[in-house]
Amino acid sequence: MSRSVAPLPGRDGRARRHLRQRWFRYATGALALLVVVVVLLIVQQLWVQSRPTWSEWGLGFLVRTTWNPVQGEFGALPFIAGTLLTSLMALLIAVPISIGIAILLSEYAPRRLRDPLIFVVELLAAVPSVVFGLWGIFVLAPLVQQHVMPVVAASPLGLLPFFGEPGPGYTLFTASLILAVMIIPIIASLSREALMAVPRDQKEAALALGATRWEATRHVVLTYARGGIFSAAVLGLGRALGETMATTMTIGNRVNLTLDYFQSGYSMTAIIANELREAASEIHVSSLVAIGLVLFLISFLLNSLGRLLLMRTHTPGT
Amino acid sequence: MAEQMITRDLKVSFGDHQAVKGVDMEIRPRAVTAIIGPSGCGKTTFLRALNRMHDHTPSARVSGEVLLGDRDIYGDGVDPVELRIRVGMVFQRPNPFPTMSIRDNITFAPKRHGLAKGKALDDLVERVLRQAALWDEVKDRLGASAVGLSGGQQQRLCIARALAVEPRVLLMDEPASALDPTATQRIEDLIYELKKDYTIVIVTHNMQQAARVSDYTAFFYMGLLVEFGETDGLFTNPREERTEAYITGRFG
Amino acid sequence: MDTASAPPRALRLRLRHLRDRLLVALCLVALALAVIPLVWVLWEVVGVGVRHVSWEFLTTLPQPPTVGGGGWANAIVGSVVVVGMAMVMGVPVGVATGIYMSEYGDNLLGKSARFLSEVLAGLPSIVAGIVAYGLIVVTMGRFSAVSGSAALALLFIPIVAITTQEALKMVPGHQREASFALGVSEAATTLRVVLPAAMGNVLTGVMIATARIAGETAPLLFTAFNSRYWMEGVDRPTATIPVNIYSYAISPFEHWHQQAWAGALVLLAMVLALNVAARTLWARRARFMAGD
Repeated sequence: MSRSVAPLPGRDGRARRHLRQRWFRYATGALALLVVVVVLLIVQQLWVQSRPTWSEWGLGFLVRTTWNPVQGEFGALPFIAGTLLTSLMALLIAVPISIGIAILLSEYAPRRLRDPLIFVVELLAAVPSVVFGLWGIFVLAPLVQQHVMPVVAASPLGLLPFFGEPGPGYTLFTASLILAVMIIPIIASLSREALMAVPRDQKEAALALGATRWEATRHVVLTYARGGIFSAAVLGLGRALGETMATTMTIGNRVNLTLDYFQSGYSMTAIIANELREAASEIHVSSLVAIGLVLFLISFLLNSLGRLLLMRTHTPGT
Repeated sequence: MAEQMITRDLKVSFGDHQAVKGVDMEIRPRAVTAIIGPSGCGKTTFLRALNRMHDHTPSARVSGEVLLGDRDIYGDGVDPVELRIRVGMVFQRPNPFPTMSIRDNITFAPKRHGLAKGKALDDLVERVLRQAALWDEVKDRLGASAVGLSGGQQQRLCIARALAVEPRVLLMDEPASALDPTATQRIEDLIYELKKDYTIVIVTHNMQQAARVSDYTAFFYMGLLVEFGETDGLFTNPREERTEAYITGRFG
Repeated sequence: MDTASAPPRALRLRLRHLRDRLLVALCLVALALAVIPLVWVLWEVVGVGVRHVSWEFLTTLPQPPTVGGGGWANAIVGSVVVVGMAMVMGVPVGVATGIYMSEYGDNLLGKSARFLSEVLAGLPSIVAGIVAYGLIVVTMGRFSAVSGSAALALLFIPIVAITTQEALKMVPGHQREASFALGVSEAATTLRVVLPAAMGNVLTGVMIATARIAGETAPLLFTAFNSRYWMEGVDRPTATIPVNIYSYAISPFEHWHQQAWAGALVLLAMVLALNVAARTLWARRARFMAGD
């Protein structure tokens, strides 16, 4: 050996080189692991803090209807009901509107208009919820009270048990309207992505058979994308359930177990927002956190379901 | 039933790119006209101009005339929906509607057009499936999803689906290119049967296929119709040097 | 087109076209129903807010409602500090997680992190507040700016992780291979080749996530809490713009309502500016990448 050549690395050198090559992978991996840990931490925190409530009432807490901090009586049903009622009504309003927007943007809007319109719809998603709440208190609630509820009550819808005598401005109904506005952007943009992922040859096949654009959209594109649209709705529902400020500011904040949208009510998020910082007794805090745990579990399930469906929608349903 | 189509100075461009540069061609009824040429020569673009599929591509511009019978399909007052009832199309890749059953794939268009209902619709389904030589294979599972069929069966279903609107002209864009030789054979047999009743235009990159199935052949090159004539003559005795170069495999 | 089209069929065709147009009109109505609230909110916030935003509002401390006047200077500073600290906590974790998921994530950890990030992105913001409350407020025995930041970081990390991952995935694989072929280490390849190529989109994700947490209110209610004074330290409670909007809006004082609108204008201006900047940056990058 006339020239000096670096010796081949021995066992030690190889290990060191391996580490030099790989430290970055391990370092970023450690932080990624932190994300997993955080989720576990969330569950652990919610569980530990809410344990007194579960040991006091067990799962019965979920169907108890009284909420009386003074006497230490707590039950989650009015809040679960309020959250479900407002979120489902919001979904009922938001889904058709969102699908309409998605169809318009993916099938009809000319390219020059499409991007600005997408931009506007996404701006809607950027408005902070507390600003919607502010608008809800001072603009929407009075309007709903004076002009919308009387009209709905007088229409055939007024015969349903869901719409009784028009009440105050701050009701389940007002909260539902605000929630609908707030979840439209997410449902619309996910639905639009689902529609745009439909293979072009599907639409062309329908058009070549003499379908009008609407028929091609309705019978071929929309049915092909139905899985994606369904998961968009599921994710929108998750968003509505967890929405706090706009709901708190417009729902009326009255512990009231009712099906009547024209009455004040309460939501799971609103009771936490209103009482956690002032809760004095351990059982009061733990009952609020217990509601938070239920909220977390519901939204975790909905989000997981939505994401899993979204992953599967690349293969069309049979 | 079958009708002839004539194009006069047909041009198609996408943005700045002109894909079809002025084509005059006469497509005979009750015959198969094959369009051949190297990739990018404009043959598919030409075909899609014959039933106004370019209407749905924002950047596409079509000029010139396309006569169906004696009427310009790009003329005023011509409804593309009505046009496509008379000029059907089969695509390169089989594209049955995956969310519909075999039967619904076929009845989708006739229902919209109000062509038949009830018993008549059942008869229509059977008739076009027989025409497409698919009836015996699927008659016991008309309600099953179209996705369960093999590629060749799917393509025959697409042909049956196109026939169900009772077109005069059938456009086929490389209908067998995604299929295996056996399935290809069946499609070719089918084309031979169908030309008794329909005007057929088929785009293909397979010269043997053009020679086997067609009565007339058009050779496209760089957006131009270089040569057009009876298939036998064009393949045995081409008039143009570029045609000869192509069919003898010297380019493309 | 010819005599073969019997009258019923022609009529039917006309009805079909009519329905086509009718339904497009309905879709337009749907778009209007979504856009009207947006314009309306902007209109009210700008219209009412602009009358009550003043130099005093931006630079002085709050006054009791009976006194009148006063401003939100402490809340503006508080928001900047709380959001800033959340970014300090969230950017390294979010970006690193995004890098791991995109570059090395084809394993159980990567898949779990990706799935949980997606799920965390839909976490009700108030739950983040409960967790920070239990971990920090209860332990420290008092409300604090830093507990608010921790809550916001929980919401910030998943958004940044997902957008970083997507941004890195857009960088063509051959750039990595070219770097590896030169014997460059993983760290240098990612930090010097892949990350710079994706930097525009990573920044976009950070800005959108920042805009999102800047407007968050619920997680701060029982963490950063509130204060009428200048922040005395990150371990002390502090006022923030969103919480102020809420508490002023539900107060019975007309004067405070006006200040809530003014605060909403300041908040909205910040949030929308971040969003517009982020999205135009993104749009330009996307067009540049799809350019050739």
